[in-house]
Amino acid sequence: MSELTVTVVRLGLLALLWVFVFSVVGVLRGDLFGTRVTARAAKAAPAPRPAPAPKPAKVAKAPAPSRRTPHTVVVTEGPLRGTTITLGQQSVLIGRNPESTLVLDDDYASGRHARIFPEAGEWFVEDLGSTNGTFAGQQRVHGPQRLTVGSTLKIGTTVLELRR
Amino acid sequence: MATITTLAPRTRRGVELVLLVGAVAIVLVAYASTGLATKGTLPPSLLAYGGGLVLLTGAVHVTLRLRAAYADPVLLPIATLLNGLGLVMIHRLDDAEKRTTAEAFAPRQLVWMALGVTLAVTILWVLRDHRRLQRYTYTAMAAGLVLLLLPLLPLLGKNINGSRIWIRLGPLSFQPGEIAKLCLAVFFAGYLVQTRDALSLVGRRVLGLSLPRARDLGPIIVAWLASLGVLVFERDLGSSLLFFGLFVAMLYVATERKSWIAIGLALFVAGSYVAYLLFSHVQARVLLWLHPFSQQALDISTQLVLGLYGMANGGLLGTGLGRGRPDLTPFAESDYIVPSFGEELGLFGLFALLLLYLVLVERGLRTALGVRDGFGKLLATGLAFAVALQCFVVVGGVTRVIPLTGLTMPFLSYGGSSLVANWAIIGLLLRISDQARRPPPAVEPTSFTQTGDAALTQVVKLR
Repeated sequence: MSELTVTVVRLGLLALLWVFVFSVVGVLRGDLFGTRVTARAAKAAPAPRPAPAPKPAKVAKAPAPSRRTPHTVVVTEGPLRGTTITLGQQSVLIGRNPESTLVLDDDYASGRHARIFPEAGEWFVEDLGSTNGTFAGQQRVHGPQRLTVGSTLKIGTTVLELRR
Repeated sequence: MATITTLAPRTRRGVELVLLVGAVAIVLVAYASTGLATKGTLPPSLLAYGGGLVLLTGAVHVTLRLRAAYADPVLLPIATLLNGLGLVMIHRLDDAEKRTTAEAFAPRQLVWMALGVTLAVTILWVLRDHRRLQRYTYTAMAAGLVLLLLPLLPLLGKNINGSRIWIRLGPLSFQPGEIAKLCLAVFFAGYLVQTRDALSLVGRRVLGLSLPRARDLGPIIVAWLASLGVLVFERDLGSSLLFFGLFVAMLYVATERKSWIAIGLALFVAGSYVAYLLFSHVQARVLLWLHPFSQQALDISTQLVLGLYGMANGGLLGTGLGRGRPDLTPFAESDYIVPSFGEELGLFGLFALLLLYLVLVERGLRTALGVRDGFGKLLATGLAFAVALQCFVVVGGVTRVIPLTGLTMPFLSYGGSSLVANWAIIGLLLRISDQARRPPPAVEPTSFTQTGDAALTQVVKLR
């Protein structure tokens, strides 16, 4: 085998190694930029993917998000104070269970305590049969209860506030 | 605590498959390149090696598709590529040393790789949820300590190259410390999750550092004494540094307190200085590190100096696989595999390898950020940090940044125990990353639909 072939294979191997490194890094870019894109899409319209530019009419048909519709849940009191959760399309599970979206480390909270979920463009809170109950403002939540901007929820020692 | 929600999580198993094909292809090109450079023909066992590699990684890939669909897509391809390149280099050194088929290292390393992959697959099948390991916190501690002490037993233990870190089981010798590393990571994670409040909340601030109470220093002192014990009785600098570093790093991550790092470093410096004064083998290491070319070091610095010359010979682009003389360095296939790669792939190739390690560690830490339970966070951090520290100690040692200590380069070096342990780390990280990237189970509104019970049953199944 000629010396040229050996050299080509040798340098080709180095090139391939770097191609591999860059493709791995390319896969990782999704981690950096992916979440931002999906978050914006969720805010714009309840469609699962951001609507492409040629179809603005379809977006307009969807129930327009009113000024009263909350977009974020902020923890205002309790050990997790300062945590913000964006309300996207999926419901938010709150409780001590590690699978919850907001994991509370609180003896007064149940494993699966409460849930904030979207329905017809609005957000509702529902108690999941917790021991100590969920309070919207001063009232205990029994059935699904609609949430507006400024509503507060009390779960154990944690207080959540809904914001735009 | 920050909660990250991705709205449309993708499994990315297809991407993983593409990267895996690339990884296997690169290994085969490297293997072919070795054969072309040394013998002028393609190696006859090219297809056999390739087939073995495809079979092993394919097994993990299929397991991931079935059992951990949301696992991180780049961990497996990187591990495969590093392990495969390590095999090529070991095979190439076998050729250079003219080892017969019976005593060749590469086939044995392939068997160890098969064992390691089997272990990773077993972990993924059996361990559905990494939190189950938390139940075995103290079992893991006991197992870790026993494994650490095993080499000191008179019949089992074996002294190889001045270190007493091996046990002999029939024809096989094994370094139990590698498995102990895993057990201790599980123990530290489980223990620190329970005690981190006590370790992080109380104390007073001195000079901008919040110092812990004296009685909370207990655990770090115990870890320090244990690692000093490894250093003194097993004469193994590397493992000693690794265990203590792992504990301090996990302590810092668990408590978010910088003072633990300061205390850990102070203890480490004090311990190393005392060891330097007391033990001749530590003094020899320091001499090698600072003055490898001096008159007193000439007799013992052969390996280090040959490694340095080897890397210098490789230069920027390397001599090409099969064209250098890494076989001149003692232990070129285990402790000195990094200079071997530095010589034959050059700075250019070595940095690609280091970047792959960097990405591997980054994925471990990213998994720790994403996973929602404290135990998983600490375990993933600990495992990723162990890999990182090991790379630092090895590469730092051969390039004279720190004193040379005998540790293996994860996946690249020849050594069965290390390879098996590293595949187990990959298995665990894959399992945790599956939990981290999996979307939260969707709950059907019970009061809006009539199928509430069915939906709730599904949620239980998703766990």
